[in-house]
Parts: sequence; structure tokens; C-alpha cells
Amino acid sequence: MSTPPPRRPGLPPVAIVIGALFFIGLVGLMLYGVVRSGASDRDVLPSALIGKPAPEFVLPVLHDPSVQFGAADLRGAPYLINVWGSWCAACRDEHPVLTAFAQTKRVRVVGYNWRDEPEDALRWLDRYGNPFFVVVADKEGRYALDWGVAGAPESFLVDAQGQVRWKFTGPLTDEVVKTQLLPVLDTLERAQ
Amino acid sequence: MSLRLHAWLLGLLVAVAAMAVAAQPAGDMSPLQFQDRAEESRFQHLTAELRCVMCQNQSLADSNAQVAQDMRREVLALMRQGRSDAEIRQFLVERYGEFVLYRPTMDRHTWLLWFGPGVVLLAGTFVVWRIVRRRAAALAAQSGPRGEPAPGTPERPEGDQEW
Repeated sequence: MSTPPPRRPGLPPVAIVIGALFFIGLVGLMLYGVVRSGASDRDVLPSALIGKPAPEFVLPVLHDPSVQFGAADLRGAPYLINVWGSWCAACRDEHPVLTAFAQTKRVRVVGYNWRDEPEDALRWLDRYGNPFFVVVADKEGRYALDWGVAGAPESFLVDAQGQVRWKFTGPLTDEVVKTQLLPVLDTLERAQ
Repeated sequence: MSLRLHAWLLGLLVAVAAMAVAAQPAGDMSPLQFQDRAEESRFQHLTAELRCVMCQNQSLADSNAQVAQDMRREVLALMRQGRSDAEIRQFLVERYGEFVLYRPTMDRHTWLLWFGPGVVLLAGTFVVWRIVRRRAAALAAQSGPRGEPAPGTPERPEGDQEW
């Protein structure tokens, strides 16, 4: 009969298990960070407006500045409001997607021309097409703060009662329209 | 050759600079005018505590983004309307969410943020305290006569697995 080897006075197994779990958790967290760093919406802030009434605005229409158009004129049916500018390269990228969505005629697509020169904006629309129901021009950025706009493009879905239901920061893609916008729109229409 | 390289580098720099401001509208870049020192220092103090929403690692006071310019203007306008600092912060939180605050409010969903580090520190202190106490006990048992632990320490075998 051999004597068992003397046990080394070391860490108890519980400590080792806890340490290992801690280490694995830390590695997992770092891995999550690495994976997340590639996501295009990494810096996107959640909108504070979701579920709240859309901010009021009254702005001149881009194509006829003598006409004032506001949020009150849009009440009664849902609409998608898209913040864009002719200076914004990403807006050009999303334009075909926005146009395709507007052509389905499910909701009105309103253009919010932000901090832009009217001539530049009109030329931009001539060149790339105008999918908008109406375009309002906020040359001084008067109401952009109320909408919580940080950059362009940004899109908001507002329901018939004037409540903001969905917001997307950055250029819309077919994927975003299919997986986010359309499902929200479906629930809106079912509720009516 | 070197001149060509210079021109090329300059062109690259301009292109990169243009890309960096691509999502930024051009606007009025004139600095804000303050009525007096008190207003300026209050403004600086307030905007240093607010985060730029476009470039999240900069404060509102530091950022050159157009949005930050607009927000600074709004902050000054609100100050002149006689709003308090808390009201101005609330104004921006309502529009941009709590992310604009570098110092988040103490709330139901932020208690972990506020007290989490303290809790972790307490847990760590507890663990260290346990280890130190056990080692001291083991040392006392070793130095004492075999089989007779020092008075006051509970009897326990070496390499105790109790955690």
C-alpha cells in the first residue's frame, strides 16, 4: 500500500472553478466587443422619441417656399419622414432603397431637407429622382434638434395619431426595410 | 518626384478630410458671443458635461460637428430664456436620450452603473479578507505544536477546502 502523495496546499477547487468562470466570462465579453465593433450601427443611439408624439414643425416646402407645411398636415395616416441633404453621401446610397419603398405606396414618404441650399437640393432630386410625397426645407436646422437628429440620413416612422413608432439612423437598406420597417408597419396596419 | 509625392499626399489629405465631414452639413461656424464672463463660464461648465451625439467620445464643448454647434447654440438660447441647468439638460435628454449626459441620473436602470464598481470592490475585499484570515490561521497552526492549534483558532487540517 502506497501512501497517497501529499496534497499541495494550493487553491481550493471552488476557487479554481470560480476563477475559470471569471476568465471565460472576460474572454466572452472581449469577443462580444470585437464582434460588435464591426457592426455598422455600433454608435447608434436609441431614439428618445419612440412612443412619443412626433415633434411639431412648420417649414417651407422645397419646391414652393411660399407654402408652409407641418406635422399637423400629415396627421390621419402613417408616414415615413426621411432626413437628408444633398451634401450627404450616404443619402445617395440609400436613395434607391427609399425610392423602391416609396413606390410600394404603403405610406407617404416625406423628405426633410436638412441644412441644405434649396438649389442644391432641387438639383440633387432632379438627378437622382424624387420619391417624396412632399419635401420640407429646414435650412437653418430649426427643428432637427427637436427630432433628435444627429446626422443624415435618419428615418422616422410616425403613425396616424402622430406618434413616433420607429427610427433608423444611417442609410436604409433592403434588409432594414424588410426586417424592421415592414414588420412595424404591419403591426400598425393591423391595429387600425 | 518628391514634389509629385507631396502633391499626391496633399490630395489624399484633402480627400480624407472631405470624407470625414461627409455626413456633416456645412453651416455657420462663427463662434458664440457671450454677454459676460459669468455666462461664458456657466456655458462652458454645462457643455463640458454634455456629450456630442455625433462623435460620442467628445463633449459638446469640444466637438466641431454641425450638430454640436446647433446644440451649443440651443443651450445658449435656453440659458438666455432663463432656464436652469437642470431644465436645459432635461431638454436635451428628451430629444437625444440619456446618452447626452456624461453623468447619468441615478435611476432604476442606472443603479448598476453607479454602484456596480463599489459592489465589485466590496466582493473583492471580502475574498481577500477570507484568504488572509485562512492563511494566518494555517500559519498559526503550523508554528504551534503539532496537533495543537494555537488557542483561539478553530481546528482545521492543512489545505482546507472550505472556501
